[in-house]
Amino acid sequence: MSIFVDETTTVVVQGLSPTSQGLYHGKRNRDYGTRVVAGTNPGRGGEVIDGIPVFATVAEAVEATGASASFVSVPPAYAAAAILEAAEAGISFIVCITEGIPAHDEARTYNRLVQDHPGTRLLGPNCPGIISPGKCNIGITSGDIALAGGPVGIVSRSGTLTYQALHELSQQGVGQTTCVGIGGDPVPGTNFIDCLAAFQEDPDTLAVMMIGEIGGSEEERAAEFISEHVTKPVVCYVAGVTAPPGRRMGHAGAIISGSQGTAQVKMEALSAAGAVVAQNPTEAGVRMVEIVKELG
Amino acid sequence: MDLFEYQGKQYFARYGIPTSPGGVAGTVDEAVAQAEAAGYPVVVKAQVKVGGRGKAGGIKLAAGAEEVRRHAGAILGMDIKGHVVHRLWVEHASDIAREYYASFTLDRPAKTYLGMLSAEGGVEIEEVAATNPGAIARLHVDPVRGLDLATARRWAEEAGLDDAARDQAAEVLVALYRCYEEGDCDLAEINPLILTADSRVHALDAKVTLDDNARFRHPEWEEFAATETEDPREQMAKEKGLNYVGLSGDVGIIANGAGLAMSTCDVVSQVGGAPANFLDIGGGANADVMSAALEVINADPSVRAIFVNIFGGITRVDEVAKGVIEALGRVDLRSPIVLRLDGTNVQEGRALLQPHLSDRLMAEATMLEAARRTVALAAAGGRGSEERA
Repeated sequence: MSIFVDETTTVVVQGLSPTSQGLYHGKRNRDYGTRVVAGTNPGRGGEVIDGIPVFATVAEAVEATGASASFVSVPPAYAAAAILEAAEAGISFIVCITEGIPAHDEARTYNRLVQDHPGTRLLGPNCPGIISPGKCNIGITSGDIALAGGPVGIVSRSGTLTYQALHELSQQGVGQTTCVGIGGDPVPGTNFIDCLAAFQEDPDTLAVMMIGEIGGSEEERAAEFISEHVTKPVVCYVAGVTAPPGRRMGHAGAIISGSQGTAQVKMEALSAAGAVVAQNPTEAGVRMVEIVKELG
Repeated sequence: MDLFEYQGKQYFARYGIPTSPGGVAGTVDEAVAQAEAAGYPVVVKAQVKVGGRGKAGGIKLAAGAEEVRRHAGAILGMDIKGHVVHRLWVEHASDIAREYYASFTLDRPAKTYLGMLSAEGGVEIEEVAATNPGAIARLHVDPVRGLDLATARRWAEEAGLDDAARDQAAEVLVALYRCYEEGDCDLAEINPLILTADSRVHALDAKVTLDDNARFRHPEWEEFAATETEDPREQMAKEKGLNYVGLSGDVGIIANGAGLAMSTCDVVSQVGGAPANFLDIGGGANADVMSAALEVINADPSVRAIFVNIFGGITRVDEVAKGVIEALGRVDLRSPIVLRLDGTNVQEGRALLQPHLSDRLMAEATMLEAARRTVALAAAGGRGSEERA
């Protein structure tokens, strides 16, 4: 099994045009085997672009195709409206990879979803997306570096480190159930705890790799959750041990304020919660391979 | 983007938050002119984006022009925790009866806004939080519903603000919330918010951090961006559209992705080196981006060796290798480079690179090996060619 998306997931790509990022990534996802069933574009309803039927609105696309998930890669100024449009159309899983959305747009959108659309899960924004190897890939992760068959679930705040983690495991013949990139923004729609809970429930996931970074307290809260609710082995890595306070390290959310959000504090909390804490991504891969071998 | 106090006060004024009459000065003469306009006594305040100005002697009271002249002369050019004072804010001195604290930020775990209000202002709020946490009244504000005047009044009462201040403070709080939310601030803080002897409430200081992601809808921020004093390395990187943070070591770092760039800095430290910078060139790594990144690193005189760490996902490793080779043809580098390329099409990429390898351009298979090699080169002063000789 897998979490959040599988071979039954059907995807509508929002903001589809012959030159959009959405088309580029949507086609890559389709080539991987993802069921990309529709696109939306207010000015292109009725067209077919590269075999993908386009509708004016998400509601029309859902009506015609029954799409269950949406993929948002529209520019930052339009992303909040696109997410809410998908939720209003009854989409249950929205992946938003857009980078650079204002924090207040994220806060308003998140709270609007919680209050008015409790059945909708948002992944992102500013994330690489999600891949359940061999089944479904929504976002920008390269399918080539993933390996189907489990037993490891991956959840990560960082894009390239997610790829690094996939690669380290796949190279050693260790597959993944699902790899979720939750993104590095201040208000992520889906957080570590959501993913840890889902992996704990998933019978095919036997161990979890978690990749965090400086800023906020999501890793500390994940540590609490791990100690109370996760019985499966967890291997962690936290990036940014050498990051200076008060500076954004690329991601809007990756900033140490005062003594809050340092990698050291996060690693200590995760270690105390019983997780294996690696010092670098390679070591995380090595430790996970060892654990999987022991599990048989 | 952090604002100077005077910019923060200008931003407050757009949202109707009252401040003292005053103006900006870049010279002693300008300071005197601003003081005359504001009316004596005045306060002369150093404009630097760092706390502790008062203790450093950067805030002085002046009763007349001569005193303004003396203080302005002493403060301009002063170095406060590494920040040189180029501007002063000169404002009419307030007759302070009480000092409060008010701020709005994002509560990330709760995913809502957090307002903090305290009757014990004028000191660092972290200090109040540590010594007397009960003195801070916290209010979570739902981003969808916002803050109304009635709630703000109850909040001011709960925080123990004086009777004479409450109604005016509630109005300031609603205005501060609007400034925070509509104004796309990451932080909007007034410390102190004062009650004057003649019962007026206004902001004596302004600490504002703007959300850079919202710049597209705030043309009025242009003037703030123009005065951003930055590390010249960071200025250059910004002009080239790169995500760069200057650090103090001698190992230049280029990586694709923020997480990988942070991780690269970490690994360099783990093997005994010191990163000179964090540089994230984003998902792709074509020749233009790579050239720009190498130029920025090359301009940093402390760099002695460069570690380029690229993981090819969507951008395949062979494309990255081509980009690196082309970039090396464009930039005349002072320091040797160690490359670690991995990911999709890694074999093709490494094959492309093979004929170009030398003691100025080396390749390693893993992050850890590449880090060790770069750190060793930096320790040897980056003299790859002399090693061979």
